Amino acid sequence: MGFREELRAWLEASCPSSMRTPMAAGQEVWGGRRRTFPSEDAKLWFERCVERGYTVPSWPVEYGGAGLSPDDAKIFAEELKRIGARLPLVSFGIWMLGPVLLELASETQKREHLPKIARGEIRWCQGYSEPGAGSDLASLSTRARREGDDYVVDGAKVWTSHADHADWMFCLVRTDADGPKHEGISFLLIDMASPGISVRPIPLISGSSPFCETRFDGVRVPAANLVGREGGGWQIAKRLLEHERTIISVMRDAAPEETETLPQQFLRAGSPAGLRDRVIQAELDFLCNRLTLERNRAAPGVASSMFKLYGTELNKRRKELRVLLAGTGGLEWNTAAKEWLRSRANSIEGGTSEIQLNIIAKRVLGLPD
Amino acid sequence: MSSRFVDSPEQAELARGARAFVERRIPVAALRGVRARPADDRIDRALWRECAQLGWAGILVGEGDGGAGLGMIEAGLVAEQLGRTLAPTPFLSTAIIGGTLVPSPALAGGDQLVALALDETPFFDARASCETIIRDRGVIGAKRNVLDGPAADRVIVRTQDALAIVDARGPGVTITALDRVDSRSVADLRFDRAPVIDTLSLDHLDRAITRATAALAAEMLGGADAVFATTLAYLKERRQFGVPIGSFQALKHRAAQIFCELELTRSIVRAALAALDANAPDAEPLVSAAKARASDTYLLATAEAIQMHGGIGVTDELDIGLYYKRAMAASMLFGDAAYHRDRFARVAGY
Repeated sequence: MGFREELRAWLEASCPSSMRTPMAAGQEVWGGRRRTFPSEDAKLWFERCVERGYTVPSWPVEYGGAGLSPDDAKIFAEELKRIGARLPLVSFGIWMLGPVLLELASETQKREHLPKIARGEIRWCQGYSEPGAGSDLASLSTRARREGDDYVVDGAKVWTSHADHADWMFCLVRTDADGPKHEGISFLLIDMASPGISVRPIPLISGSSPFCETRFDGVRVPAANLVGREGGGWQIAKRLLEHERTIISVMRDAAPEETETLPQQFLRAGSPAGLRDRVIQAELDFLCNRLTLERNRAAPGVASSMFKLYGTELNKRRKELRVLLAGTGGLEWNTAAKEWLRSRANSIEGGTSEIQLNIIAKRVLGLPD
Repeated sequence: MSSRFVDSPEQAELARGARAFVERRIPVAALRGVRARPADDRIDRALWRECAQLGWAGILVGEGDGGAGLGMIEAGLVAEQLGRTLAPTPFLSTAIIGGTLVPSPALAGGDQLVALALDETPFFDARASCETIIRDRGVIGAKRNVLDGPAADRVIVRTQDALAIVDARGPGVTITALDRVDSRSVADLRFDRAPVIDTLSLDHLDRAITRATAALAAEMLGGADAVFATTLAYLKERRQFGVPIGSFQALKHRAAQIFCELELTRSIVRAALAALDANAPDAEPLVSAAKARASDTYLLATAEAIQMHGGIGVTDELDIGLYYKRAMAASMLFGDAAYHRDRFARVAGY
């Protein structure tokens, strides 16, 4: 029996029917020590996938994956999509840290951290931005000084999504303040239960948010938690950002179908003539963007920066149109209003649109600094 | 499903060969050459026979009629290369429209040129009412903006009742070649009881126009791509204030934006061509989306090329101006961006 047939049979027997429906916001399973499940079925589906390594199907078996070949991984994705199966587990560990650890971490670190990500036992957050280091991330100043077998960390991180629910943080720290700024950065894994860490949620213009500010006050981190070499963190950080940009664009592409399309909302609103051109342009651009994602999958080459840039700018336009098409009804604190306000951050988080333009200009077009 | 975006080895070879031929045999200098000639003499028939030898004139014509029997993806690949150098050939009029409506060995061999006489106003509208009629086996009416009209042997005339085929050099046909900014071969035509050689049902018209629109979008993509490459090279080489001007964010960000627009255009153009070959139900809106996007991108890339080149950008010595003029003319041909955006929405019911 081929892999596809075998997988189909397993999915038929193992994926509860309620897990084959579009996932509403807040229904995701994020894992972690304090993991919760929106339903019994979600828990069952999660556990069955963990058992087979299907939370991270293409990771090697020894790190908690299913060890699928690229071809089989493609079949896996197709079969899940075919029945509309939900992702059993979502996490920054799977999307961002895991791929980087697989590529760059020591064997001990891989065996320590990857299986816990795969099994949803540890939830990770990302410690990158700081109050004084946003787009100029490499100027970060959270300090880690070596004391015996530990690093002692002092400083603050912002926009650490879900830090209040996370067990561990992958964190960029400055281990050398004297040399060139890119060369004094290290990539450190920090247990959020360590003494000296405090977390404060940050309310946004769209209301409550997963974002937090995280402070470090003399936090001791074992030196064994350094990934790569001391001072070599920037290369790892950039690699991880590529995964982040890709996942942002893929997530947007895979987002559940909107229950009402933009043209449908336009018609329901009584076809306001002044908005028609903007609706058409948004639809057309949406189509072009989707086709470009498809083309890139068939023949990779288009920069992840382009998808980050275009996808987020387009999303802002679409969310704004949703509110405009709702009239004053769009000003009440409903989903459309919140999504509109939240979308303003899309072109800031994960590297601003202006930074993406810099990256395209430099790496794709070869324009000088 | 995703293979619609990947060239087969044969298609890749076709595109490579076409690009090499166009660069060697029909560089932009060829357009400058025909521009220096009278408006009624801007198609080089010997050159078109060479193109026919490569299979381009009969690219859509069945092999039984001496053609290559290929599809719209292949036609688009050739059109894209022709667009890169603004090559003055009757590819759209003869190979695409003629090849669709009146395929023949003479057409495929490059010996017969065909033009479609459609517009009666300065604005393209495939659905517009039509004053031109057939009476007593003769065409009576006036048509504007006929692409390759000055060089055509046969004219396909859209009349109220049918598509009428007439002899362009026969009695009752008056051809007034237009000297336009884009130097393309275009004419206004008058028909005064021009004898009808044959007629075709109006049902065939949409297919021919849709195919030509898709091929034109590919041609425009090629032009936009070529002009952007020129601009990018200039941004790296031109120095002001002691540094390459491409180091300024005010310019590099716009260059990156154009790059993105080109990538999106490439995707939609290819999807439209593939949809036509597959007879996909969404082919019509995809073609409209491709033409709208190609028009916007071509005008953006050429206008920005002028601005980023500064003063020399507006001189006739540089080719950029030729691309800019072509971009405007091509965007109007078979309907501009606004026309196709509207059509895209109408097909979807809003």
